[in-house]
Amino acid sequence: MRFQLTGEQEALRGAVRGVLRRVAGAGSSWLVAPRGGAADGYSPAPFPGDARPGDERPRLDRGLWRALGDLGFFSLRLPEADGGAGLGLPEAVLVFEEAGRALVPGPLVATHLAAGQVPGAAEGEVVVAAADGRLVEWLEEADVVRPGAEGALPLRSVDPLTPLHRVPAPAPTDPVAVLLTAAEQLGTAARAGELAVQHARTREQFGQPIGAFQAVKHSCAQMLVRTEVARAAVYAAAVTADRADIAAARLLADEAAVRGARDCLQVHGGMGFTWESEVHLLLKRAWVRSERCGGGTESEELLAADLVA
Amino acid sequence: MDLSYTPEEEEFRSHLREWLAKVLPTLPPKPSPDDWPGRRAYDLGWQRMLYDAGYADVHWEGTPSVRLIFLEETERAGAPYVGANFVGLLHAGPTIAAEGTPEQRARWLPPVLRGEEVWCQGFSEPDAGSDLAALRTRARRDGDDYVVSGSKIWTSHAEVADWCELLVRTHPDAPRHRGISWLALPMDAPGVTVRPLRTLAGSAEFAEVFLDDVRVPVANRVGDENDGWRVTMVTLSFERGTAFVGEVVACRRVLGELAVTARRNGRWDDPALRRRLGRLNAEFRALWRLTQWNVSEAEASGGVPGVGGSVFKLRYSHARQELYDAAAEVLGADSLDLERPWVLDRLSSLSYTIAAGTSQIQRNIVGERILGLPKGR
Repeated sequence: MRFQLTGEQEALRGAVRGVLRRVAGAGSSWLVAPRGGAADGYSPAPFPGDARPGDERPRLDRGLWRALGDLGFFSLRLPEADGGAGLGLPEAVLVFEEAGRALVPGPLVATHLAAGQVPGAAEGEVVVAAADGRLVEWLEEADVVRPGAEGALPLRSVDPLTPLHRVPAPAPTDPVAVLLTAAEQLGTAARAGELAVQHARTREQFGQPIGAFQAVKHSCAQMLVRTEVARAAVYAAAVTADRADIAAARLLADEAAVRGARDCLQVHGGMGFTWESEVHLLLKRAWVRSERCGGGTESEELLAADLVA
Repeated sequence: MDLSYTPEEEEFRSHLREWLAKVLPTLPPKPSPDDWPGRRAYDLGWQRMLYDAGYADVHWEGTPSVRLIFLEETERAGAPYVGANFVGLLHAGPTIAAEGTPEQRARWLPPVLRGEEVWCQGFSEPDAGSDLAALRTRARRDGDDYVVSGSKIWTSHAEVADWCELLVRTHPDAPRHRGISWLALPMDAPGVTVRPLRTLAGSAEFAEVFLDDVRVPVANRVGDENDGWRVTMVTLSFERGTAFVGEVVACRRVLGELAVTARRNGRWDDPALRRRLGRLNAEFRALWRLTQWNVSEAEASGGVPGVGGSVFKLRYSHARQELYDAAAEVLGADSLDLERPWVLDRLSSLSYTIAAGTSQIQRNIVGERILGLPKGR
């Protein structure tokens, strides 16, 4: 047993983190980069001053999508003969964790799962969305929707970077989609913890960094605990690909991301409640992901059934 | 990332399994919780069987993976707990092995491995709990002896222990972390008085120990004089390492039994209860994976458990309490009946967020040593 990242896995994670930092900047740049001006070929979601949140439809950046395709983000698990990297779920999980950390917008999981099945998906030429549970993310920006989205109705999405449509019929859950979503949540949880610690180290009140106060310190510690427990669950589920392990990973990663973003917001005080701070984007995305694939209820029932199987 | 074991480790597991299947039916009946001499004899007898079969030193000599397999398999098979051998095998023993002289190792380690001597721990004091370095038990040098006076508290197995790993203040004027020494106190020395303490679970699981001018040979000091704090930190890192492996396995078994009980008594039809148990399933699966992660990390770093133990302990201690709270929901009014299974376990689970470093202290450790947050003024 060597339940640690291999050298190759660490290198892969480092490379992906570097590329995402270059194309995406810090997570907040998705919203706050100068409007209309492209940064590194990426045009940030427009959010004109007098529009109400949820009214604007963010555009998916095709340049970013192709950059992800070049990086092998979508083709990672395809055999080398088919233009992929021949890697497995553990590597996919590491890459999706990084995407979650950088808060990369777009139907990443759906397009990744379509690689090798929908022409152009693997290369990042084609954007694939999926009707997942009762929602579709990025429907209007997608070239292909699987399995279909008849009767889809737009809703005013709480997450400014994830347009949503409701669909009438729930689709069956793909465990790999659940696992990759959990990996994204893990990355967001880790990011929330890091932002909170950064702020707690530098923000001073009562003559000392607020991280010296136990109320704040303990909140940061709990963020780390939730993240590390989720990490063990997500990585193990990637190795075993067992449905119950995946359900467990999902529940813990959802909790780590949602509660981590909440605590991060609280540590940031008033700034955490502003639009310009990155924190609300972490929380809103974590909420969106929590509703994927039937939500946590489905995983809880699966794990309950597992106890008496 | 690899969760499979080597052929050698799998062979160790299957031999251990065979041996457990053979010897467990031959064990004498478990003594009652109040029968201290009986408990001592039972726990030492088990340790002697482990010794004769070559498993006694698995905690000291085995790789972290082998320790994990040992704890997993003994718990699965329902083998006795380490019990009265806990301090000897997992606290004092590893400390003496790491810090003792050859003579000290030869004197104290073999009787622990052979199941002949029991150790207890004299660290906490009435005025030195979380703030252990505030301890005041005084050791004054007199020729070849220390003369020790003071009192210790929360000492498990004190009534039946042969030795006590004792922290004393040998230099009252030094900065408080630099005036402490680690002594092996013979429990039959004149001036040692043990007063059992009853826990909220009703049994006398630990004791107060009063020391009144007790003479302890200087030769019983492990490590240098006034270097006891560093020696102690070695011990505590062992306690927070793989100490809970067997318990996670046990919790997963209890959770399965809870689900079966809930199905039988109809509580299973309540989706809220069902989902609560499903969530606990996720929790203990994850804690098992975190254990494997920490063990692999320890293996890679040469076997010393790191601060990851604090992360584990924080989560596990709360999960254990949630498990037995869920058990109470399954039992309903029966959860008030001490004769029912899990009711006493629910009471003892309350100690988990306090013993071996409270959750608050653990969060300080995580916040300061892992996250690098500043200490409060």
